[in-house]
Amino acid sequence: MAQKQFYSICWTVDKPAAAFKLFPMADISANFLGIRSPNPYWLASAPPTDKKINVLRAFEAGWGGVVWKTLGSQVKNVSSRYSSVDYNGSRMMGFNNIELISDRPLDINLKEIAECVRLFPDRAMIVSLMADNNRESWHELIKKVEDTGAHGLELNFGCPHGMTERGMGAAVGQDPEIAGRVVAWVMEAAKIPVITKLTPNVHSVVPTGRASVLAGSHALSLINTIQSVTGVNLDTFVPNPNVGGQSTFGGYCGPAVKPIALKMLTTISQDPVTSRVPISGIGGISTWKDAAEFMLLGATTVQVCTAAMRYGFRIIEDLCDGLNNWMDEKGFRTIDDFIGRSVPTLTSWEELDINYHIVANINQEKCIHCGLCYISCEDGSHQAINLSYGNPYNTYSIKEEECVGCNLCKLVCPVDNCITMVEQRKGEEYVNWKEFQKRGMPLNDH
Amino acid sequence: MVDANRCLFCYDAPCTKSCPTGINVPKFIKQITTDNLRGAAYTILSSNIMGGGCAKVCPVEKLCEGACVYNLMEEEAIPIARLQRYATEKAIEEKWQLFERKAAIGKKVAVIGAGPAGLSCAHALSREGVDVTVFEKEAKGGGLMTYGIAAYKVTPQFCCDEVDFITSLGGIHIQYGKALGKEITLDELQQQYDAVYLAFGVGLARQLYIPGEQLAGVVDAISFIYDIRNNGYPTVPVGDQVAVIGMGMTAIDAATQAKRLGAKEVTLVYRRTQQEMPCTETEMNIALLDGCKIVWLAAPTEILGENGKVTQLVCHMVKLEEDANGRRQPVITDEKMVLPVDMVIKAAGQMPYEQLVHDYQLHHSNGKISVTANSISNITGVFAGGDCVNGGKEVVDAVQAGKDGAKAILQYLLDGGQTSSSL
Repeated sequence: MAQKQFYSICWTVDKPAAAFKLFPMADISANFLGIRSPNPYWLASAPPTDKKINVLRAFEAGWGGVVWKTLGSQVKNVSSRYSSVDYNGSRMMGFNNIELISDRPLDINLKEIAECVRLFPDRAMIVSLMADNNRESWHELIKKVEDTGAHGLELNFGCPHGMTERGMGAAVGQDPEIAGRVVAWVMEAAKIPVITKLTPNVHSVVPTGRASVLAGSHALSLINTIQSVTGVNLDTFVPNPNVGGQSTFGGYCGPAVKPIALKMLTTISQDPVTSRVPISGIGGISTWKDAAEFMLLGATTVQVCTAAMRYGFRIIEDLCDGLNNWMDEKGFRTIDDFIGRSVPTLTSWEELDINYHIVANINQEKCIHCGLCYISCEDGSHQAINLSYGNPYNTYSIKEEECVGCNLCKLVCPVDNCITMVEQRKGEEYVNWKEFQKRGMPLNDH
Repeated sequence: MVDANRCLFCYDAPCTKSCPTGINVPKFIKQITTDNLRGAAYTILSSNIMGGGCAKVCPVEKLCEGACVYNLMEEEAIPIARLQRYATEKAIEEKWQLFERKAAIGKKVAVIGAGPAGLSCAHALSREGVDVTVFEKEAKGGGLMTYGIAAYKVTPQFCCDEVDFITSLGGIHIQYGKALGKEITLDELQQQYDAVYLAFGVGLARQLYIPGEQLAGVVDAISFIYDIRNNGYPTVPVGDQVAVIGMGMTAIDAATQAKRLGAKEVTLVYRRTQQEMPCTETEMNIALLDGCKIVWLAAPTEILGENGKVTQLVCHMVKLEEDANGRRQPVITDEKMVLPVDMVIKAAGQMPYEQLVHDYQLHHSNGKISVTANSISNITGVFAGGDCVNGGKEVVDAVQAGKDGAKAILQYLLDGGQTSSSL
């Protein structure tokens, strides 16, 4: 299928004679190691990508690519499989699963992959793999998968449950040496691009990332799920999900893990070795905004699972549309214009400017007198907000001399733009901590 | 649950400050969200023992919900009353034992009236180990909650359950069919008890003092609702064309009940405007939805009849003029309006039991018992609160009065009966 040309309508004020003008929208297509997709959204290796019927519907809905659910040694799944964390009445802030890799026969998976590739040649088809822990198994599996016409391989070094007990999944990803060895086996056989998927269940993702890149992996993807216990049922005393009165550690994902994923992604984007290869970002991506953030921190494509499992494939519409409109607004023509753009702004704490100072300001006209800023500042340590009693509404104001500019009041305020942080520099020049100490500048006296 | 989670959990919350009984609203809503329903019920009922009934009859638009900060964002206020019902209904239904009595302190208190003020006072005293006897002139407890509020708000069964819930604490003995001044006297009670709390409320609707008030078909709203509540719908006569005088909660209740009992036309007549009306907008809308009409700025001046039965209500139109204090006062004009009616329900406030108060030589103003800030009357050991003091306010005000009375009485008992009135 040819690259579709998108048009949007723009109102131009200066040309009343031709009030409507068409101009092409930003190009959101991705090129990942030569694997092209009409947009940077791939469905991550998971239940939505474990059979043809799903994948075809996803492609019809507009998804740019899929990572087929992991193929490998024979497994059998249990019931139940999922649990989640709700927060203040919102469902599935975090999601957890104990499902293993595909439990369907390998030959059926391979046949269906080939059909999907044939029917949607313009979409990315990556196949996730987790072979038994020996060279022959990997070589054999890679050969079979490549025969399907798939465009790339993703090595599952991240699955945190079930497979680890067999020395697979996260057990490989947690040991850089083993990971490097397995990648080396893969590279001996692979003719198509290889992506190594990293587990977050480590102190740092960088050592395994480096080992994988040094062993020849063409790209990295992260993060896989985080080992978790989502909660304990207070009636049965059994943690979730309950499998006949028992439970097991699951893999945590969904919106709750996004900040952790972004941090890990940044460390990969900043490392001199791992930053040499393209990255597919994963971890709680639910909206185009999440995707843009992953891309700003170095991801070339992004993978989505929980949001699609929750709402269905139709979410792809706004994922594309929103990204497109944002790129137009920012003047980005292609996704390469902004991939990695925010990486340099994340520095070490010691580089931060101590003279930069902000204080809170409460807009009294917008204030609804809920007192949340007051009590959070009061009990949250700084006591920088005045309370003037009223019935029934109190008035709150900032004690500027006490305000440390922490943002807490602004964060808890339920009214948009009611509390703003106003810059009041302590000094003109940039002074970081090292310089601050060198000059013997004054510390706090209370 | 969605509504409970919307609650912002305000600090020094405006809703709590706007509740006469000071229910810690954010706390009980938070407790609902954490599935701590028992805790939520305790939070409500420890401030307001009639929190179940108040959740149904309170004019929340003017109190807690009216103060909700969401109003300032022009968003829907938290439905506090609905959440409060959710938390209390189960407690009352399943008779949760949320409160425990302290060991008896060997003191006895008589409470006159098993309405909101009396029951609230009795409950608070009993919790502190005082033995309480409540004397009630009717056959059921609950006062105006049981006898003076339309059944679409609270069912008779709920009122009974609520009274049972309150007395289930123990230490509260209600004697029904005992009216002060008839079956019992204040002197007797003073001799037999360590203190007396007067909470006998107010009586019939205020007289209009206009010609024709004695005609057949002119009834009092409180008796009208009382009859419905006490004797059941089929026994209460209702006219075809009914005028209800007043625009308070009782007027709305009378109007809607009349309409629902089959009146073809019900007209509410009020001498001021919507701005001044005592009922809430929600209440007014209930009446409008029931098909009642409202005539603003009209003062009844005469009731006409034929063969002793009411046929017409004559009103003079009114204009509002600011008085010296800036309050808009009704001034009668020459313009006249005549409503053809066969029933007139008077609901323009209620009359205090002036004679009773006078007979017992209680200091009062127009029949409303005068008390100090501590609920102390001019007679040593006699305390008072609720409608018989304030002339008729909300249930929630009466509950708070009962709490205040209990506190003062307890202090008096612990001081050995030394507190003397400054009145």
